[in-house]
Amino acid sequence: MANRKWNRRVLPHPSLLTLAAWLLVLSGGFLLDSPTAAAQPPSRATVVREVQARVVKIYGAGGMAGLEAYQSGCIVSPQGHIATVWSYVLDVDPIVVLDDGRRFEAEIVGFEPSLELAVLKIDADSLPYFPVGERSGAAGGSGDAGSGAVPGAQVLAVSNLFSIAAGNEPASVMHGYIASEANLEARRGTFRTAYSGPVYVLDLVANNPGAAGGALVGLDGNLLGMLGKELRDERTGVWLNYAIPAGTLRGVIGDIVAGRTPSVAESTAEPLPANQAHSASGLGIVMIPNVLEKTPPFIDAVEENSPAAAAGLQPDDLILLAAGQRIEGQSALNELLRTKDRRDPVSVTVQRGSQVVTVTLRPR
Amino acid sequence: MFRCWLPTLLLASAATILGLSGSARAADQAADAAVPSQVLAAEQERIQAIERAVPTAVSVFVPGGAGGGSGVLISPDGYALTNFHVSSPAGSYMRCGLSDGNVYDAVIVGIDPVGDLALIRLLGRDDFPAAELADSDQLQAGDWCFVVGNPFLLSTNLQPSVTWGMLSGVHRYQYPSGTLLEYADCLQTDAAINPGNSGGPLYDASGRLIGIVGRASFEKRGRVNVGVGYAISINQAKNFLGYLKSGRIVDHATLGATVATDPDGGVRVSNILESSDAYRRGLRYNDEIVEVHGRAVQTANDVQNILGTLPKGWRIRLAYLRGSERREILVRLAGVHGEDELIEKMAGALPPPPPAPPAPREGEDEAPGEPAPPEAEEPQEDGKEADAPKGADGKPIPEAALAQLEERAGFANYHFNDQHQQRLIEQLRRTVPEVSQRPTAWTIRGTTTGATPAPVVIQVSDNQLRMTVGDQEVVQDSVAARFEAVDQRSAAALLPALEAWRRLLDVGPRRFGDVFYLGTAPLLGELPLRDVLVGTAGELEARWMVHPESGAAEAVELTADRARDPAELLIHYASAEGEAPGTPARLELRYGSDVVLDLKIDSWTTDSEAGQS
Repeated sequence: MANRKWNRRVLPHPSLLTLAAWLLVLSGGFLLDSPTAAAQPPSRATVVREVQARVVKIYGAGGMAGLEAYQSGCIVSPQGHIATVWSYVLDVDPIVVLDDGRRFEAEIVGFEPSLELAVLKIDADSLPYFPVGERSGAAGGSGDAGSGAVPGAQVLAVSNLFSIAAGNEPASVMHGYIASEANLEARRGTFRTAYSGPVYVLDLVANNPGAAGGALVGLDGNLLGMLGKELRDERTGVWLNYAIPAGTLRGVIGDIVAGRTPSVAESTAEPLPANQAHSASGLGIVMIPNVLEKTPPFIDAVEENSPAAAAGLQPDDLILLAAGQRIEGQSALNELLRTKDRRDPVSVTVQRGSQVVTVTLRPR
Repeated sequence: MFRCWLPTLLLASAATILGLSGSARAADQAADAAVPSQVLAAEQERIQAIERAVPTAVSVFVPGGAGGGSGVLISPDGYALTNFHVSSPAGSYMRCGLSDGNVYDAVIVGIDPVGDLALIRLLGRDDFPAAELADSDQLQAGDWCFVVGNPFLLSTNLQPSVTWGMLSGVHRYQYPSGTLLEYADCLQTDAAINPGNSGGPLYDASGRLIGIVGRASFEKRGRVNVGVGYAISINQAKNFLGYLKSGRIVDHATLGATVATDPDGGVRVSNILESSDAYRRGLRYNDEIVEVHGRAVQTANDVQNILGTLPKGWRIRLAYLRGSERREILVRLAGVHGEDELIEKMAGALPPPPPAPPAPREGEDEAPGEPAPPEAEEPQEDGKEADAPKGADGKPIPEAALAQLEERAGFANYHFNDQHQQRLIEQLRRTVPEVSQRPTAWTIRGTTTGATPAPVVIQVSDNQLRMTVGDQEVVQDSVAARFEAVDQRSAAALLPALEAWRRLLDVGPRRFGDVFYLGTAPLLGELPLRDVLVGTAGELEARWMVHPESGAAEAVELTADRARDPAELLIHYASAEGEAPGTPARLELRYGSDVVLDLKIDSWTTDSEAGQS
């Protein structure tokens, strides 16, 4: 059982073993009937300390026009996978600072636009982590990472909001309750977000600048969700405090950590001869003028009767992924298409307004 | 508290419905059985903590309605802590409401503009409810806490608001906002903190005072709580309490060196002033600092976090590594600001005085329950009323408050400094033999310690300073000779040090020269904190350090040149803790860490000088 292995490997401290044992008691439904749990639940300060050790500070693009150049993340594997929210902060290769102050350059290895989820990887091992991805495909619903997250449940939100912590200073911890579980979809168009699935609505002001990617945990330290980015109702001006349920993220995170999803990082494939490879123009896509080092890959126009038109791509679509790889800029798109055989279909994920759309371009 | 009640009420109503088919008694039992005893106990604990804390919270109002904030009482005689930015619009006089429904006059005592603290004193009682001060270094993120205060100045009925929360972080550092305020080693909480909570108390779950609320992160959401508030740790306030009680405008400490976090871990000296005491004690560029004032440090922020909580002039222990060798030194901390610089900056940081509203009609300003002012010491003459000191509302300050206010340049309220000078001179005089007539003359006989003991005779009086060690004699008959003895690191500086002590006892602080009460500071880096008097006469600055319980002088320091070590006379007593100090047993004279004279005392006689031949 993966969880047991984790206990032995990365939790050397006896009190942490107690914590882990207690988590096992909680997560194993069959054990819940037995009131003879030997261990006392760990103190809140211990739980907080353990959660803080699993939350990281992420620094990247921003720092101007009211855009903060930082956010938070959750360690989801002992080898240094970090789940966070997809945002402009990740427009450059981000720097990750662990709770112990260690500083790493990170690579973006996973990206799920419809969940606004990104997974980073740093070159580290034996890290304390949230085992959120480890139950992917497991039968039976008991022991979900998100179990216990019912309205009224007491929760802690741990993040580096306002970038208060620096270096080895631990992330900030706040407390509150889950107010409800609701679909963001019902409010599409009101909140500017690509994510439309269920969220935990919180009664605490969790979603401050820099909090996105932080952990929402129960009082036992179990990961219940990931704090989303700041969302404000465009009509009422009300700010939403919410987290994306861990259960929603589990499959994607699990697949990325386990290597079942190929990395979205730039591939090292050799370019094909120009007359054998795909190109934007060959697919019927006219991009905006490429004037910057990383010109955002916006579509300017779609040629009639082209694969792009057939797939329904539209002007002003922003290309996020092509052939499963993250597209940082127009040049990256061009380079990627050069590595793809022009006879093969190409999947493209675009952002259209606040929607994320994935289509397949089929060459004629 | 409400959350705890809610289930109880729901269950009770459910039980009532059941009660239609059963007895009311059964319904009660159902309700009792359904609420776990731990929940009820936790509820009771919280109620008790709040009941214990609320009476000590203060609602501060600037006279004339031009703002206000919160505060907290820390002693039965009315001393209360608040923020400098709360007290400053009021100036020296404010009005304070307590939850007992009374409004009290209060005067400013001391201010710390850098740390955003102010000490005020509520008047009219000697049995104020006072908060118990906790040890804020014991706190951890995740501990429950609560804030009591006057958010949005809602406490017009004098009942403060209570907001419950959790400590989000400890040992936080918040950069100076503007030019002056620095929050070092502060507490971060998600308990709601809004404008008006400033200066008020942050309590732990049992109602003990852990911090003074002062600041919050407000950004795009407007000036309302977003779950991120900061409080000055009560341990920082404890460090400054003695300084604040002195009635002064106090400054924070600096090492005289800058430090940087090494990419490979550890914190290293990146620059050091040659005029700093740290440099004189041997600290150099690239040394790795490992411990400051008893706390281990790993980053530059850690170092600043500790220094930022210490007052200018304290002497603390510092440990550093040079290579693999660990060295421990005692360092005197300089001020962040020059003397006039702080006052100038402070004037710049203050909001402009609010416009005084037109005086209301007679009788309108009397709040019910206001304590009757004590009898006026002197009736005001009609012609002088225009010159009488006025509060922020433009109206004269009440007599009771005026009696505890004295303006003097460089002081927040000189009245309190004067009180401490008088207290200390009385204490000091109690520890030495009474004399029939002043001036006095001291004759001290003793023996030097060491390999070749030599007899020593010292005579200190208004007429002469004379010391004989073995067959060597020193006579100091001029101010210049005394200055030079200190400046040249001579053992003969023992004479002017003893003289400064003797003359203070003889003439008192008012006639000694320019004397003020500094506050409390450690002696040689050690607790308890000693009372410190500072006096300048004959171009030498003297510092007397007085034990808080015995009242005995334990050290006299003479400074000739601030860029050099002062002469330190350490006065050792043979008496045990708690006993009267008696005659000193040993005198030791040091410069920095060098002992230049160590003297065992055989006899010490005090005569009236007139009686001497």
